[in-house]
Amino acid sequence: MNHYLLNILVALALFTFVALFTTFGVYAERKVSAFIQDRLGPMETGKYGSLQVFADMLKMLQKELITPLAADKILFALAPIIIFVAVYLGFAALPWAPGLIPASINVGIFYILAVLSIETVGILMAGWGSNNKYALLGAMRSVAQIVSYEIPAGFAIISVIMISQSLDLQEISKQQGILSAENVKFLGFIPVKEVGGILAWNIFRAPHLIVAFVIYFIASLAESNRAPFDIPEAESELVAGFHTEYTGIRFALVFLAEYSMMFLVSMVGVILFLGAWNTPLPNIGAVKLADWTTGNIWGIGWIFLKSLLLIGLQMWVRWTLPRFRVDQLMDLCWKVLTPLAFLCMLISGIWRLWLM
Amino acid sequence: MFNNIINGIKSAGKGFNLTLKHFLAAKNSREVVGIQSDNYFKQQEGNVTIQYPHQKLPIPEVGRYQLFVEMDDCIVCDLCAKICPVNCIEIESIKSTEAIGQTSDGTTKRLYAAKFDINMAKCLYCGLCTTVCPTECITMTNQYDKSVQDLDLLTYRFSPMSEAEAEEKRLALEKQQAEKLAAKQAAAQKK
Repeated sequence: MNHYLLNILVALALFTFVALFTTFGVYAERKVSAFIQDRLGPMETGKYGSLQVFADMLKMLQKELITPLAADKILFALAPIIIFVAVYLGFAALPWAPGLIPASINVGIFYILAVLSIETVGILMAGWGSNNKYALLGAMRSVAQIVSYEIPAGFAIISVIMISQSLDLQEISKQQGILSAENVKFLGFIPVKEVGGILAWNIFRAPHLIVAFVIYFIASLAESNRAPFDIPEAESELVAGFHTEYTGIRFALVFLAEYSMMFLVSMVGVILFLGAWNTPLPNIGAVKLADWTTGNIWGIGWIFLKSLLLIGLQMWVRWTLPRFRVDQLMDLCWKVLTPLAFLCMLISGIWRLWLM
Repeated sequence: MFNNIINGIKSAGKGFNLTLKHFLAAKNSREVVGIQSDNYFKQQEGNVTIQYPHQKLPIPEVGRYQLFVEMDDCIVCDLCAKICPVNCIEIESIKSTEAIGQTSDGTTKRLYAAKFDINMAKCLYCGLCTTVCPTECITMTNQYDKSVQDLDLLTYRFSPMSEAEAEEKRLALEKQQAEKLAAKQAAAQKK
């Protein structure tokens, strides 16, 4: 009985976190975009507009749920739920600290990739169910984009997995710091198991993973449908893409999914490449910075901070780069990122065999 | 091919640098100073938002915004209504039975303004009416912030006369004209 109660509590905690992060994310996004464009952003509701997102949520909750007459009612109603739940389920397998993981799965990263692909189905359902040409176009673009970019992202992830020899995210996290069970070598030569810190992160254990990380980061932008890969929503062409017809709480769910997706892909990136919950501070002689700053509380802090940095980077990218054209998008994916990801995977194999 | 890649990275870097610079400059806000200030064009950095109802840019005292008529100086010549390109001024005049008085520049007033309406919703702020006015009684003021709940409130009524007063003046005029006519007829009969 207690077991079930605990599971429900964990799920509720994760949902609360996702919802709170979304409010923060929306506020941060609006402020960042405003500052980049020399504006102030929301200022009226609450001190410095801090209650703006809550006001918006209240507004959305009150709105009527409009289903277009010609829409496929079942698909239309189900789609936002599927989109959100797919992303939300992904959080189950992410480790937060050395001893804190909602669900310890030995195929963690595989599970996350699988569950995230369900989102595509939800988007297609939303686009098709709306019975609106803009929604359908947006959904088709979105699906084409997500399916394409899963390939370079997948291969970038595989190149990490070949180095770490495990699909378990907690195991991958442990290897990138002082808690590692096996030897950790900086750049493949210098043993740094005792030193830990930033030197033991995956991108420094095998420097070609920096390229893999960049590939993963670009692909993750595309998978969460954010600029410069926001052709599925392309407001100048498609109104709002697949969620054109949605109102009220259903629209809020789609939004919630987008921002949780941002956090999810950032966190996966941090776990795979940037040392997960490990501290960036190394042990220097008698100053045992890494030992002092490793632990459950520190772990949560580090992984949260690193993910927020990546999200900041995502926002910065969004408000700097213009949108890709459809052909450029596919060009980048198939002709640049996919071959590079293959190359990374090849180097990973050689690295594992000869240097580790 | 590698040149392309390097150029791409370089130009993307420039873009990121630019947005980062603006992001970091956001801690500076533009000072709310008017065009008279020497500093007005020098504030190139930081955010430019003026939070309007809370902050207002000072405007020159001689600003040319909404129209105002000083009725004591108006001789009801109707020139402003005639020159107005959008016909936003409506004037109805009544001849007075005697000279009413003088404007501040010494012109004698002989007409009552029964109606002097300016529809600010139609006005295009060209200022032609202020230039043709012989007594310079119609002017533009520095008042620009006038939002109303009812469209009718945008019609400014400058005439100081009430409907009853106007009617009284009309009757007086009719009476005087009738007397004049009678006098003329009497004079004609005498001949």
